[in-house]
Amino acid sequence: MYGKKVKLRFLFLVLILLTVILSVFLILQSLKENVVYFQSPSEIKSLVELDKNKIRVGGMVKMQSVSVNSKEINFIITDFKNEINVRYSGAVPNLFEEGKGVVAEGFLKDRNYFMATKILAKHDENYMPPEVKKAIGEK
Amino acid sequence: MLASQIGYYSLILGLIFSFTLSFFATKDLTSPSKKIDQNIIVLSFLQFFFVVVSFLCLIFSFVNSDFSNETVFNNSHTTKPLFYKISGTWGNHEGSLLLWLLVLTLFIFLFIIKSINQPKKYRISTLLFQQIIIIGFFLFVLVTSNPFIYVFPVPNEGLGLNPILQDPALAIHPPILYLGYVGSSIIFSAALAAVIQNYINSEWAKHIKKWVLISWIFLSIGIMLGSIWAYYELGWGGFWFWDPVENVSLMPWLTLTALLHCILVLERRLLLTSWVVILSIASFTLSMCGTFLVRSGILNSVHTFANDPARGIFILIFLFILIFLSLGIFFIFHKEQYKDNKNFFWLSKETSILLNNWFMMYFLSVVLIGTVYPIFLDVISSDKISVGPPFYHKLIIPFLVPFLIFMVFGSRLKWIKSEISNKNLLIIFFTISITISFLVTKNFQVDLFLYTILIGTSLFLFFTTTVEFFNRKKILSQTVAHFGFSLFILSILLNSITSSEVSTNMKVGERYNYEGGEIFFKKIEEKKEKNFNSIVGHFKITDNRGDIFNLKPELRVYNQPIIITSEADIKTTLLKDNFLVMNTVKGNEYFNIRYQVKPFMLWIWISVLLISLGGMISFLRAKNEK
Repeated sequence: MYGKKVKLRFLFLVLILLTVILSVFLILQSLKENVVYFQSPSEIKSLVELDKNKIRVGGMVKMQSVSVNSKEINFIITDFKNEINVRYSGAVPNLFEEGKGVVAEGFLKDRNYFMATKILAKHDENYMPPEVKKAIGEK
Repeated sequence: MLASQIGYYSLILGLIFSFTLSFFATKDLTSPSKKIDQNIIVLSFLQFFFVVVSFLCLIFSFVNSDFSNETVFNNSHTTKPLFYKISGTWGNHEGSLLLWLLVLTLFIFLFIIKSINQPKKYRISTLLFQQIIIIGFFLFVLVTSNPFIYVFPVPNEGLGLNPILQDPALAIHPPILYLGYVGSSIIFSAALAAVIQNYINSEWAKHIKKWVLISWIFLSIGIMLGSIWAYYELGWGGFWFWDPVENVSLMPWLTLTALLHCILVLERRLLLTSWVVILSIASFTLSMCGTFLVRSGILNSVHTFANDPARGIFILIFLFILIFLSLGIFFIFHKEQYKDNKNFFWLSKETSILLNNWFMMYFLSVVLIGTVYPIFLDVISSDKISVGPPFYHKLIIPFLVPFLIFMVFGSRLKWIKSEISNKNLLIIFFTISITISFLVTKNFQVDLFLYTILIGTSLFLFFTTTVEFFNRKKILSQTVAHFGFSLFILSILLNSITSSEVSTNMKVGERYNYEGGEIFFKKIEEKKEKNFNSIVGHFKITDNRGDIFNLKPELRVYNQPIIITSEADIKTTLLKDNFLVMNTVKGNEYFNIRYQVKPFMLWIWISVLLISLGGMISFLRAKNEK
């Protein structure tokens, strides 16, 4: 009688299969909800419908566009074709500078106005996020 | 000049010795003698020795600022302090690979001399598998990432090391992390050798457990050091960002933790043999994947030293060869040890360890998918996305509740068949934990239900392990590690609900009032150091309870390369960290200030040390019981 052992194995297999399916489903489901898309100013201009979710915008900080007051920082992100106004309050990374690449994360108010919740830190001067490189077309 | 030459030729000599070693080892595999050929031990020492020579030459070139060497030229500068000249040796792509090689050859040498009690054929096979990895890395270093390339004409000054890497924690982070990563290579080779020699039994489990523990301990401490560095250097005040480069170090840690647990089952019960082999293969493969993803430039971060596609392709091919080789060996040679599973009961230590492994694999797949999916999507649709902390938090945090509860029960169970003892005591503990947790949580504006059970269950584990510690009934290493884990989760949770933060832009002399007190920007002071100028801000913070902190964050302008870094000033006490960091926006009189109060930060680090301490105790015990 091989009943017990086979039954046990079968039970194990079913359990494993069930949990795998369940976890893959869970992971994919939350992936859908928590993904942040990256867009360039030009892509935002051509949006048919405004994205309500959190997005990232990347490009160059336009020259002479940064203005700081005690509450917030305003600047313009450009990809040399289109640009977008960004308002941000919070800490900026050290390498945030006019004429340098930047990635901002936050929400679109309209096609020209972006409320950033985070400016992403870069690690050194020469480094440019691949997204930014792509957005400004390797200039 | 000379040092580079010696370094280069000793690398080649090392490679030659690797080939000779492989040759002798293959020959010895078929020889009838019971003892290992003395030549093999000598050769593996020589192989290690020449890599050491090569590595010392590179350090020497760095210390002497020998800019005829391209690696030194790219990553060093005469005004750099000696300490960072030395740590600059592995703060770059070429040097860090040489370090990999160094640790690889060190470990196999140690393995050969420390495994005398093991069967000869198994030792030789392990050596041979390790040689495949070593030769692969030798070729990788020599062909694509030679650290000893000349620059002509010789430049007067080097380009300098990225200032953000000039930091004590980050200076020792790579060697320690590598000991962990590379330690898993021994587990990989040993598992394959054991499969081929049909030597997967409790003897083997006892012996390989020590190696698993070594790499696990180093990996844990290595990850912690990186995390501490990120906490005070990157200025965000967090310690884990779910950044892909962090995730790739977490993945082998998860498989090693799983392996650590189920190797015990193999040792005692001779079960799960295939699973142990798979985990061993996975640990090293994931370590290699980490190196591949980080080095190839697919993931951009501070770890990406150079984006050279040739390097990425080399590692990728090498990685695939290793994966196919190991899977092939596994399927062809692995025989399931026939053992009657009659003695199987649901309530036993075996099942609880299986459950632990199930959770580890779940956490692993969450991290793996979160890390790889953006790359995958980029390749197939060129959509750029990022997966942030909410994804990981949502999928991992709820599962911590059952995980912690199983940790309480699992560690109390016995092998084969068991019952839960002291049920009443456990119920009392559980009730107390949940009550305390509820009383604490209701003072904060967070999801009351979720946090109550989260903090409650970690308190539950905290109490039960404390009792175990004083009863001394259970194994000390397990109690310490599990206690550390409960403290770890507890500190993270309390830290996340009690942390507060203000950020604002201020001019010198201004006062800023926030909910919890007042920040006074007294003055700035300029200082000149050898390789940077610094601006020190003097701040006085008075909080509502009347406590006064004087914090002096710094902005450093490094001379080579010209980069500004900000050094947070952190006042650490037992119960909380006061964290202040300032930044500038160029051409502006405003300074960007971020002030954070982060309770229990210190305990996060302490608890990781406790977890590792558990590993160390277990290692010492395994070493003494011969």
